[in-house]
Amino acid sequence: MAQMTMIQAITDALRTELKNDENVLVFGEDVGNNGGVFRATEGLQKEFGEDRVFDTPLAESGIGGLAVGLSLQGFRPVPEIQFFGFVFEVMDSISGQLARMRFRSGGVYNAPVTIRSPFGGGVHTPEMHADSLEGLMAASPGLKVVIPSSPYDAKGLLISSIRDNDPVIFLEHMKLYRSFREEVPEEEYTIPLGEAAVKREGTDLSIITYGAMVQESLKAAEELEKEGFSVEVIDLRTIQPLDIKTIIASVEKTGRVVVVQEAQRQAGIAANIVAEINERAILSLEAPVLRVTAPDTIFPFSQAETVWLPNSKDIIATAKKVLTF
Amino acid sequence: MVAKNVKQLGPVEILQEIEEKFEMFQILNEEGKIVNKDADPKLSDEDLTELMRRMVYTRILDQRSISLNRQGRLGFYAPTAGQEASQLASQFALKKEDFILPGYRDVPQIIWHGLPLSQAFLFSRGHFMGNQIPEGVNVLPPQIIIGAQFVQAAGVALGMQKRGKKSVAVTYTGDGGSSQGDFYEGINFAGAFKSPAIFIVQNNQFAISTPRELQTAAKTIAQKGIAAGIPSVLVDGMDPLAVYVATRDARERAVNGEGPTLIETLCYRYGPHTMAGDDPTRYRTSETDSEWEKKDPLVRFRAYLETKKLWDEEKENAVIEQAKEEIKAAIKTADGAPKQKVTDLMEFMYGDEMPFNLKEQYELYKEKESK
Repeated sequence: MAQMTMIQAITDALRTELKNDENVLVFGEDVGNNGGVFRATEGLQKEFGEDRVFDTPLAESGIGGLAVGLSLQGFRPVPEIQFFGFVFEVMDSISGQLARMRFRSGGVYNAPVTIRSPFGGGVHTPEMHADSLEGLMAASPGLKVVIPSSPYDAKGLLISSIRDNDPVIFLEHMKLYRSFREEVPEEEYTIPLGEAAVKREGTDLSIITYGAMVQESLKAAEELEKEGFSVEVIDLRTIQPLDIKTIIASVEKTGRVVVVQEAQRQAGIAANIVAEINERAILSLEAPVLRVTAPDTIFPFSQAETVWLPNSKDIIATAKKVLTF
Repeated sequence: MVAKNVKQLGPVEILQEIEEKFEMFQILNEEGKIVNKDADPKLSDEDLTELMRRMVYTRILDQRSISLNRQGRLGFYAPTAGQEASQLASQFALKKEDFILPGYRDVPQIIWHGLPLSQAFLFSRGHFMGNQIPEGVNVLPPQIIIGAQFVQAAGVALGMQKRGKKSVAVTYTGDGGSSQGDFYEGINFAGAFKSPAIFIVQNNQFAISTPRELQTAAKTIAQKGIAAGIPSVLVDGMDPLAVYVATRDARERAVNGEGPTLIETLCYRYGPHTMAGDDPTRYRTSETDSEWEKKDPLVRFRAYLETKKLWDEEKENAVIEQAKEEIKAAIKTADGAPKQKVTDLMEFMYGDEMPFNLKEQYELYKEKESK
């Protein structure tokens, strides 16, 4: 066991898979010699060579096309999109091509591609770096979308993503990269995609969340406990497909739910979760399912992040509304 | 030395100089005479006859496809008449191990690369079995997103390079497609990685109704290769021998590790853009049409082969009859394809276990389908 930050756990997972499978290729803008703008691929080119870990020209769409083409030659590409706000340049390669490869060829071809990309607010990035655009990906049939919130999950989920035989979007929250360390096994292990984790057990209220909002929700749960409320926190880990079983089991136990996301109210995936609960467990509900989200504006100018991004205070306020409905 | 002003650098003159360098490469003129003896590929009699056979066959395939489409027995169809040299002579220069990434008009190339005709018809109708490419046939289904095939070709070529294969990735787009970002990114990536790719732009003068002049101020599309730093060539796309030689040479360079090539084939489509209601009389004059009909690749190749006593009416009629019969049989095979079910479609979504949502929906549709 070793104490690792999330970024170290990610590098470790990449190293593990580069070692395990010679078809794994890591590429993107500045991921080679430079080791990535966040050092996620630090040392990998040196260890595995320029043939396995390499830089590309600055063009996201081209990177997506490269991934499609390489997978047609039997490779297992792990490309990086430097910041997920740049996904618009490569939306066709992802949603229009990778996601559809197996389907459009009637199962003849597949695209075992894992796209890694950082996102998320709270670190005062310039425009189009921090936007939460996972909702766009979750709406594309053929994709799986994974968002880890801890070093341990990041490693196991990334190994699973790379081994998956269909395209996976692996979104890494920038604020979580180095915010805390955690025990991470040095040997390889996997965490199944599509399985949520109960990060804290409780009986009065379920908070369903993912990404940086997991930490905020845990903070809120602690505060609420001081006031006598027992709060369960579920980290979805995979937001497409959803772990309906775990969600519904928790809802049936607590009868009250808050869904928390960093994305704007009209974006993200919170509305999906509310709908699923509504269809499957309405008879268990003591109160309506409420959402904590960002406001429906463009992602804020960096100085306005603190007033714009949802945090534990917002979660506590909404939780109380649900608890006292 | 540093120039005193921009004028001294001569940007206008440089452009003119570059554009003048892109002369059209031609071997066979409109009368079917060799005008470029040095470049003559000197194909064997069998090869010349086979190429002619494929061109005639494909012209018939186009005529029959249009008529089958009008009868409602085919769906989406993008006519190919006029582009036989451009499409088939380029494919003729390839080897089985080469990988073709076609656009939506490039069905003939993948047929001659090994896709059964009945599957090409199923593609047209919109049936998944049409896209189930047989093993060992190195092609993708026709790409609908214009330009996407170019960035993907760069990836396939890089993959071949990494595998140490002696093969190439070949992709096609039209004149309109050369305005896309993916067109540029594709040729630029392949250039930067020096990958074995051949990028073919079939300049048939119109992108639906938009004439080639509205796509770009560049005098040729071939010169766009300069932006990627890759060799490029403008070819008479109505001349099968010139297209063959340009592709053969690009292939040779590519498998020798010298990188990609951009080929512009100057050609013309006689029919509409697609059979989905496009009316070319709205944007084309009959004068232009007949001017290009004189350049017909079949007319000049037929004349050439007749002087070599390799072709006659009897041979041509035999090909036509064979084509018609095979087309009839292929349509019949296509008719026999089972109707698609929603559960079939679900099965092609993921290779591993179905995710929760699909599993649930699968049960629902299975129930529905059992009734």
